Formats: sequence, C-alpha cells, structure tokens
Amino acid sequence: MGYTENELAKDLENQEYKFGFVTNIESDKAPKGLNEDIIRFISAKKNEPEWLLEHRLKAFEIWKTMTEPEWAHVHYNKPDFQDITYYSAPKQTKKYESWDDVDPEMKATMAKLGISMEEQQRLTGTNVAVDFVMDSVSVATSFKAKLGELGIIFCSFSDAVQDHPDLVKKYMGTVVPTSDNFYAALNSAVFTDGSFCYIPKGVRCPMELSTYFRINEGGTGQFERTLVIADEGAYVSYLEGCTAPQRDENQLHAAVVELIALDNAEIKYSTVQNWYPGDKDGKGGVFNFVTKRGICERNAKISWTQVETGSAVTWKYPSCILKGDNSIGEFYSVAVTNNYQQADTGTKMVHLGKNTKSTIISKGISAGKSQNSYRGLVQIHKNAHNARNFSQCDSLLMTDECGAHTFPYIECKNSSAKIEHEATTSKIGEDQIFYCLQRGISEEKAISLIVNGYCKEVLNQLPMEFAVEAQKLLAISLEGSVG
Amino acid sequence: MISIKNLHASIDGKEILKGLNLEVKAGEIHAIMGPNGAGKSTLASVLAGREEYEVTEGSVDFDGQDLLELSTEDRAREGLFLAFQYPVEIPGVSNVNFLRTALNEIREYRGQEQISAKDFMALVREKSAIVELDAKLASRSVNEGFSGGEKKRNEIFQMAMLAPKLAILDETDSGLDIDALRIVANGVNTLKSPNNATIVITHYQRLLDYIVPDFVHVLYNGKIVKSGPKELALELEEKGYDWIKAEVDAQ
Repeated sequence: MGYTENELAKDLENQEYKFGFVTNIESDKAPKGLNEDIIRFISAKKNEPEWLLEHRLKAFEIWKTMTEPEWAHVHYNKPDFQDITYYSAPKQTKKYESWDDVDPEMKATMAKLGISMEEQQRLTGTNVAVDFVMDSVSVATSFKAKLGELGIIFCSFSDAVQDHPDLVKKYMGTVVPTSDNFYAALNSAVFTDGSFCYIPKGVRCPMELSTYFRINEGGTGQFERTLVIADEGAYVSYLEGCTAPQRDENQLHAAVVELIALDNAEIKYSTVQNWYPGDKDGKGGVFNFVTKRGICERNAKISWTQVETGSAVTWKYPSCILKGDNSIGEFYSVAVTNNYQQADTGTKMVHLGKNTKSTIISKGISAGKSQNSYRGLVQIHKNAHNARNFSQCDSLLMTDECGAHTFPYIECKNSSAKIEHEATTSKIGEDQIFYCLQRGISEEKAISLIVNGYCKEVLNQLPMEFAVEAQKLLAISLEGSVG
Repeated sequence: MISIKNLHASIDGKEILKGLNLEVKAGEIHAIMGPNGAGKSTLASVLAGREEYEVTEGSVDFDGQDLLELSTEDRAREGLFLAFQYPVEIPGVSNVNFLRTALNEIREYRGQEQISAKDFMALVREKSAIVELDAKLASRSVNEGFSGGEKKRNEIFQMAMLAPKLAILDETDSGLDIDALRIVANGVNTLKSPNNATIVITHYQRLLDYIVPDFVHVLYNGKIVKSGPKELALELEEKGYDWIKAEVDAQ
C-alpha cells in the first residue's frame, strides 16, 4: 500500500546502469605501466613537437616527487599506477575525412549513447557540434567547417597540437600548472587527447560545442585535456558528457580542463557526468579525479554547471580565478550519490580583482550508503575591493544510511568584501511523497518531481537539450524500478 | 458513495478509531465535528491511506470497491480527494506542473488520453476563478511561500481541477479569516453535484454557516456517537461537547 523508506532504498539499489556495454573495436595499446619510455611512446604516437615531449617529461619528474592527496572525504584503494594502460586508441590507420569513413561499430556505440551524429550531419537546423572522445582519442568532430567560417577552432587536442601549436603552447598549463596537484601532474605527463576550442575576438559561437567522453577498453586510464579559450568579447557554451562500460575493476579518469576567458569574454561550461558508478555492492566503477579551473580577465565571466551522477569516487572542484576587475564566477552543481558512491566536490572562487562577484549553488543528493561532500573555498585577496560572494549549499538525504557533509572555507583579506553562506540539510519528506500520492501521482513520479524541483536552480542553467537529459538521468539514478 | 463499517485503526499500537460507522450517499454533504483528540484527522488519514495508520478491523466500501485494498494513489485515482489541514510545500515544482502530472496520471489510470496543454490551461483558468486564486499562484511552486489562506484556497483549486467523487476537507477552515472562509466555502458549494459527496471535518460551527451540511455527526473517542440534521451543529456551538461526553460515558 504505502511506500516505505526501506522499499525506496531497495529500489535505489536496484537501479541499472544503462551505458554498461563494451564496444568490440580493436585498439592500439601501449604496454601497461608508467615510465619515461611510455611517455616517449605516447608522444611519438601522437607525432608531437619536441617542446611538448619536454613538457610531459618535466611533469613526470614533478609527479614522481608528489604523493597522492588524502584530505578529501573519500576512501578507496589507491590505483596501482604501474597496472594501468596509459595509451589505448581505437585502431585506425587514417583520419576520418567524412562521416561515412567512421567504423560502423563506433557509430553503433554513439547511437547507443544517444549521440546521433549521422542525424546531425543531415539536419542543418541543429545547434550542437560534437567531439567524440573514446579511450582518450578523439574520433569524430562535427561541424568543423561551419565553425571554421567564423574563425572558431573546435577540434581534438592532438589536432590542435599539430595545427595550432602557438595557441596550445601559449595557454596550456597557464591555469592549471603542471605542479598544481598529483593528478594534474600525472595528466600533464600522460594525457593522450581531449578537446580544444578557440573563439576569436568578438565572436559569439552560434551553437553549443559538445564533447562526449567514453572509456571503452578495460584496464585503461583516461587522461584527457580540454582547453577552451574565449578571446576578448567572445562567447561560448560548452557541454561535456561522460560514460563508461560496466566493469568489475576500477578505472581511472584524471582529466584537466582549463578555461581562459579574456577581457569581456564569457564561457559557459556544462557537464553531465555519468561514469559507471560501480555495482550495488560497491564493486568496480570509475575514479573521477579531475582538475577543472578557469581564469577570468577584466569583465569576463565563467559559469560552471555540473550534474554528477556517476563514478565510484568523485574528487573535483571546478574553480574560477577572478583575476580581472568586475569579473564573475558561477558554480551550479547537482551531485547525486547512491549505493557506495563517494563524492567530494565543490568549487574554489579566488577573488583577485576589484568588484569581482561569485555565486555558488550546490545541491547534494545522497542515497543508499553513499557519502556526499561539498567542499568549497571562497578566497578574497587584499586588492579585491568590493568583492561579493553568495554561497548556498543544500543537502537532501534519501535514506538513513547515507551521509551529507559540507566543508565551506572562507579566507578574506579585504574588509570591503561581502560574503554570504547559506546551508540546509533535509530528508526527502514523507509528507511530500504522501501529498503527491494523494493527488494520484505514483511514488516514482513523486520522487522525480521532488528531486527535480530541489535541483531546479541548477538544471535551469543547463542548455535545453542537456537539461532534459539531466532530468532523465536524475530519474534513472534515483528511482530504479518501483514496485 | 462510501460506507464505513466498524472501522478500527491504530497508530504505534494505540487505537484511535474504535468501531466507526458512517454512510455517505452521492449528492450529500456530511459534517464531522468533535472535541480535540476524538479521531477526526485520523479518519481522514486512514481513508486517504496514510501508511503510519494500521487498520485492525472493519471495512470501507467506496463506490463498490474495497477501499482498504487500494494503494494511496489508486484511491486518489478512483476519485477520493483529501484537502489537507496542513498543505505541504514542494519547492521548485510549479503548481501547474504538479497538477498536470496528477491529472494525467489519473487519466491514464482511467484509460483516458493525456490532456493537451491548451485544454489544461483553459481548465486552470476556469477552476482558479472558482476560488479567486491569482493566476500567478498557479505558476509558483506548490504552496511555497503561500499564506495560510492561499494554501487552503489552493487545496480547493486542486479539488476543482481533479473533480473527485468524494472530497474530504480536513479542518479546511482552520486559520482562515472570514473572507477566505467565504471563498473556500463558495468553491465547495459550486463544485457540489448530485454525483459527488463531501465530508467536512471541522472544529467550529462557523464553516457550516457557509457550507450547509445534510447531516452532522459527532465523533468522540473513536466513534460516531451522535448524528443529526444541520441544527445539531448549532446545538454543539451553544452547549459544547460536555453533554455528549456525559451521555456517552453514562452508557
């Protein structure tokens, strides 16, 4: 008759991961392990210039001196870095000149993931350009030509290294230096591909740019690098989606994303992260250790929006360095954890310039036996006159066995700053569910309504197509099959 | 419409309803009054299917169906509506989205097509007028930031939208000023038809000046102990409940 918490908890456990299939594509792999030779192998495979190899080797030297951080509120068996394959590429001899050249297996994979590039190729009315990255290698980028007319560069990171080395050399590592942290250093040494985007001065990118990341091969790590540069007065909205097959072992994903918004530029970066979270007993799943950071010059704006439902362990803080006067940083996040998932996520807002403004809206949802932590730093430097921050961190608990934690840090060195912090923790209301049921709404729909309502401020920030996908994903992550 | 026989219900092992009988026919309005703690709200909760309450004995026939066998949502879909004493807030979910979801789930259950956006909005306009509800409230989050009076009017608005067979108003008059009371009562009267029925649970006779009942029942100690015409309410207002308690205790 009624729907008890225990039943809800059971349903949540039984949710299934839709993207757990493996694609049967031959791949070109490096031997397992990490040493200078492997790095040289990757660099040679990618036909890189000497400076980039140097950069990698230097990063490797730095990485060797570092230890894995332990301050995050997560527990996991540390990856064995010698047991990971650092390079795995779908085997292909030539680059795809047209969509027709793409391996049918690959096309099938994309179709299963809901990326209908074929359709997009045909329809002229669509407004999303997609870069598809599987096992660290970018396999297809659409709408290249159309974007090219506006001077917009949107390509794989490897192509950018070959075709636009000056831009890569000028900006890579300027926001996330090699020595920034353990995983950023590792990424700098072994990254294989990723996406690159450059919007020239004064250009408003007419479509959403989207990268789809996929780990396919077992035992591999995925280390991509994304670099987005919006030149003065430019605007771009960038989307990122992620999935991985269901595997018993843990897979490592350690990406670095750098955003550069020059004077008066605006970058909107949206992520829907749905890496395989492991099964209901906590076996397998992706370790998602990502460094994402953007820098804002004068009057620039960077807005991060993330919907995190996947990964066994997530450790990620998309941040903004508000260097220029009047610059704006925003962070909107929904993080869902279920079963034995652990997430330690949040943001850093570093106010350097005058009149800088930041907004943080974080919505955590914990279910099963999961642990969900918000960790955020608001730092006002001494010259940041009239800096303003507003933070709101809400936690929603679905069961009695999960945990929600909030670790807000505030460092303020300027007395003219105005900082506001609000936080709430609530349990999903039996009363709310009963109210819905009494109006004829099923438990499943009731939970979906309540959760989506709770996340509304964040979901509203996503581009339309993505918002719908995110809502569905929230529903899948939290409901399973009721009854 | 509804026939309740020898209903016993308890919460946390404590018996609240102790053999309640009630018969309501289509087209009728019944008022249930009684002192605090008599079991009035428990009756509403048990009929709506709140899971904390356990029915230990008795039967409830709802338009030919065994009500107690139905899930909470199926009771609603069969046409049972509860106007809450304390309407619940659902932040971020707009009133219209909430109602459209409800209406479509009910229609699906009855094998009807989903309502079109156009028809739905027309329905919203028509029904919100009945309770003089500002159209803006329809697009705001469910009950969030509503005043006490707005919440109760919103309940009657939802009732109008879902057009139930049987509506149970649980102390809908509590916390209402005279104007709001008149509006709410007017809404209930407008919705009255030969095909539906209403149970009004109230503490005070005041509401019954506006919603005139066909029968008045006194609920005391988990049972209906006295029933009568609408004049019974006036008598209760004048004399209080003590004389009834005395009558019952004497038996």
